[in-house]
Amino acid sequence: MTFINYAAKEINCKIVYYGPGLGGKTTNLQYIYNKTAPDRKGKMISLATEADRTLFFDFLPLDLGSIRGFTTRFHLYTVPGQVFYDASRKLILKGVDGVIFVADSQRERMEANVESIRNLESNLRDHGFDLKTVPSALQFNKRDLPNAMPVDEMYRMLNYKREPTFEAVAVQGVGVFDTLKAVAKQILVELRKR
Amino acid sequence: MEVVFEPEFRRLEDALKRLRQDANAKAVFLIDKNGQHIAAAGETEEFDSTSLASLTAGNVAATDGLAKLIGEREFSVLFHEGQRDHIHISIVARRAILLVIFDERSSLGLVRLRVKRASVELKKVFDEMDRKAIPEEGVTEPSPFSEITDEDIDALFSE
Repeated sequence: MTFINYAAKEINCKIVYYGPGLGGKTTNLQYIYNKTAPDRKGKMISLATEADRTLFFDFLPLDLGSIRGFTTRFHLYTVPGQVFYDASRKLILKGVDGVIFVADSQRERMEANVESIRNLESNLRDHGFDLKTVPSALQFNKRDLPNAMPVDEMYRMLNYKREPTFEAVAVQGVGVFDTLKAVAKQILVELRKR
Repeated sequence: MEVVFEPEFRRLEDALKRLRQDANAKAVFLIDKNGQHIAAAGETEEFDSTSLASLTAGNVAATDGLAKLIGEREFSVLFHEGQRDHIHISIVARRAILLVIFDERSSLGLVRLRVKRASVELKKVFDEMDRKAIPEEGVTEPSPFSEITDEDIDALFSE
């Protein structure tokens, strides 16, 4: 839920990175963290297991500058991708303004991608949101891997509503900011409509 | 969309300042349940308020989940005891989180007592915010964001 503070002249929005386990959600955030100027970002928090798997969430606050005199902040969250963390995933979607779905391009992960999108749809519905109307983007990550599935085939399987779709190699930063921008723009355009 | 205007923001801040003083606390923070920082009072520069807000909301959300699992509506108070500093977390008006950080200069009993009083005042302000959120009949105030242009949005990403 966008939070507008007229006294402090701030707009705060929440973007959630969703997708199957080991798909690269945390890697997206780490790249954004590393490439953002210190005065534009807060501390990145990762609640992870000892084996570095996301346990609850990663969190990165970003300050994008000002729009019409209002400081525009985006709070980026990732969910834990592993299937059994569903209760935690649902909690993190609370108050979401936009969703980035990070799909794993490896052919053997397609079933996990499809299952995760269904899970996203159902968890959003529990919060009263409809994936068809929530600002969102789709990222095909790990395009550099030899077993990556062709893009058009992935698009047919995973694209939900003709949302903006990006090819990415998150470890190298390819496609990371493009995906973020696509969702941030949709959120601000929504704000204009209200 | 949650919107807070100047007069209500000042009232929230005043209530937090009074609470900090009455409870002899180090700092108090008001956070929305989605993890956004709303207002604060006291020795706030000592703490990273953005991280504090996000982790507190995560903590409350997880505890809410636990409550539901055992058939409770919510656990309205959480307390974390440290060696020096302690954290008292409570829910205000079912939508916001009040976080009080205190040390040996105060006590859990005093904090609980003062938080109860402050919560009543904070709830009044939230009710007022809700009332303002419903536009009066015939009065439509244009949002300052209705005039955002595509260029404004692109400019955010150009730097």
